[in-house]
Amino acid sequence: MDSLQQRSSTVQEPPGAATAYRPTPPPAWKPRTDPAPLLPDAEPFRVLGTDAVAAADPGLLRRLYAELVRGRRYNAQATALTKQGRLAVYPSTTGQEACEVAAALALEDRDWLFPSYRDTLAAVARGLDPVQALTLLRGDWHTGYDPREHRIAPLCTPLATQLPHAVGLAHAARLKGDDVVALAMVGDGGTSEGDFHEALNFAAVWQAPVVFLVQNNGFAISVPLAKQTAAPSLAHKAVGYGMPGRLVDGNDAVAVHQVLTEAVARARRGGGPTLVEAVTYRIDAHTNADDATRYRGDSEVETWRAHDPILILERELTERGMLDEDTKREAAEAAETMAAALRERMNADPALDPMDLFAHVYAEQTTQLREQAAQLRAELDAESEA
Amino acid sequence: MPTRTAAKPATMAQALQRAMRDAMAEDPTVHVMGEDVGTLGGVFRVTDGLAKEFGEDRCTDTPLAEAGILGTAVGMAMYGLRPVVEMQFDAFAYPAFEQLISHVSRMRNRTRGAMPMPLVIRVPYGGGIGGVEHHSDSSEAYYMATPGLHVVAPATVEDAYGLLRAAIASDDPVVFLEPKRLYWSKSDWSPEAPAAVEPIGKAVVRRSGRSATLITYGPSVPVCMEAAEAAQAEGWDLEVVDLRSLVPFDDETVCASVRRTGRAVVVHESTGFGGPGGEIAARVTERCFHHLEAPVLRVAGFDIPYPPPMLERHHLPGVDRVLDAVARLQWEAGS
Repeated sequence: MDSLQQRSSTVQEPPGAATAYRPTPPPAWKPRTDPAPLLPDAEPFRVLGTDAVAAADPGLLRRLYAELVRGRRYNAQATALTKQGRLAVYPSTTGQEACEVAAALALEDRDWLFPSYRDTLAAVARGLDPVQALTLLRGDWHTGYDPREHRIAPLCTPLATQLPHAVGLAHAARLKGDDVVALAMVGDGGTSEGDFHEALNFAAVWQAPVVFLVQNNGFAISVPLAKQTAAPSLAHKAVGYGMPGRLVDGNDAVAVHQVLTEAVARARRGGGPTLVEAVTYRIDAHTNADDATRYRGDSEVETWRAHDPILILERELTERGMLDEDTKREAAEAAETMAAALRERMNADPALDPMDLFAHVYAEQTTQLREQAAQLRAELDAESEA
Repeated sequence: MPTRTAAKPATMAQALQRAMRDAMAEDPTVHVMGEDVGTLGGVFRVTDGLAKEFGEDRCTDTPLAEAGILGTAVGMAMYGLRPVVEMQFDAFAYPAFEQLISHVSRMRNRTRGAMPMPLVIRVPYGGGIGGVEHHSDSSEAYYMATPGLHVVAPATVEDAYGLLRAAIASDDPVVFLEPKRLYWSKSDWSPEAPAAVEPIGKAVVRRSGRSATLITYGPSVPVCMEAAEAAQAEGWDLEVVDLRSLVPFDDETVCASVRRTGRAVVVHESTGFGGPGGEIAARVTERCFHHLEAPVLRVAGFDIPYPPPMLERHHLPGVDRVLDAVARLQWEAGS
């Protein structure tokens, strides 16, 4: 017994080593890139209320103001149209107009916008016909416009699924040698979706010229941000993908425009994607089908009303003598003209051809669709004879 | 017709690779993308050599994310490219279903034809290769149920080439189901002879017969051909129709055959309940009722999750099960 133990201890002991066994250390590890430059600032970036306003281009400031006023009026008119039954639904961006307008104005003509269903205003500010922008919500077709005409992808109803499209389009443009940038918009709820992750990851790996704009308006229908994410901020998510995250006051139109313009320029010169979180608030309910009083208090809404994007821009510019009464009146009149035209056109019933149901399923109709089209044709003929 | 000078393609995998290569050579907008398609040449080597020949921008190893692969392909198609996406294994495509169903299949419709989706989703599919769970599904019924998609499944080396060329040339999205267990099936297809680009949506009579029609596609085509040979001894002269395309569906070829034979069996690996066979049997019954001597029968996989590899031979419809169904076509009213 003793001799066995002795023998075994002799065998276990490595030759010449008196200490216990330690595994070979793994190859040296270090982060692939320094995360510090990617981190967002602790506070959302602001221009209004700082000396930087004085340095801003007065023409741009007036344009932002006029677009905000027009956007607010559009929101009010579209909301009224839902009450009249002219729209099935309208997800308002009242209170978020700064993000919408800045998104449109940060892009060049050749760039592409990938809006979510809430971003009608961004599409209109980019030049889309106000009626065509509402086709989806009126219900006469799913997308009322040719995406290539203004380089605006269809308003996307599923959450975050348009983000990989933006990445693919920007990537394709770069492969073709075009200096096109894609701006993709998503809400705070959308950041929880898998497609958000996959889009950001692809964009960073491919260094695609894409800017992701998250409008954090506080709620995904009724669920507040605290129940949506445990991240320090949504902008912090950028670090994990290897792209810079920027945090901006989403009600400060000048700040949002500046941050987005910088991110677009960075993407255009080959610097890769950026994730921008704009902190804002949805003053209206999610849609006309939602009762916001069930999940938030009036005092919170009032706090945000005091930080209204039009109010804070108008006050500051007026105080600085950068906005006169004429400009304000012109903006109000232009908004009213737009609303009147929108009202009038939306109150006309659209002319629909039921045969269009079969027109755009495939490039060439299948035999099955031709048979079904003939069936509907016969039904329509019978209806018209009756 | 493309000029082919390289080695003679002998297998379905090589024919598919050749189809992509010829398409890429002819059209600079064709891009191949997916996990492992580049340096490795695909886990089945179907994309072998494409990255080397056309560069990594044309044959791209993507991050491992099927929704991302298909979602970015949508954006690429929006900008005028023709992506050919590989899903590696049938069940791996499921994370990409939202992109497929919510965007790929609907983009043309949603935009009134302004924005077509000319992309191909290659799905190595089906069982019989001893794959572990999630590597052997037959998911064609899901695709068939989605308007806006074409669904194609070749069964021969020639069709693999011809149909993939047509799929890449199509201005509509095509789900291209590649029967994995036929990847190594061989043919005397000569690369020097002009290879036909097969139009999508045309079935073909693989074997003429008078007694009954076997309606099938993809990996079940060789099974039916073997069954037809075996049935001769029993006095059955079976016709075999290879659908090649499930959407669009070639009612004309199928019904012409059934009207000649008066009897039909649909054969596929996919589940019977809610599977493609139910649709096919209903279509045939609606159109050929007065020609039928017996109900249209189905020989399908069992209605179970795809079984573990050591049991898959009990699940997959084989020659004996097809012959049993053919015997049941001796149907008498009231039986």
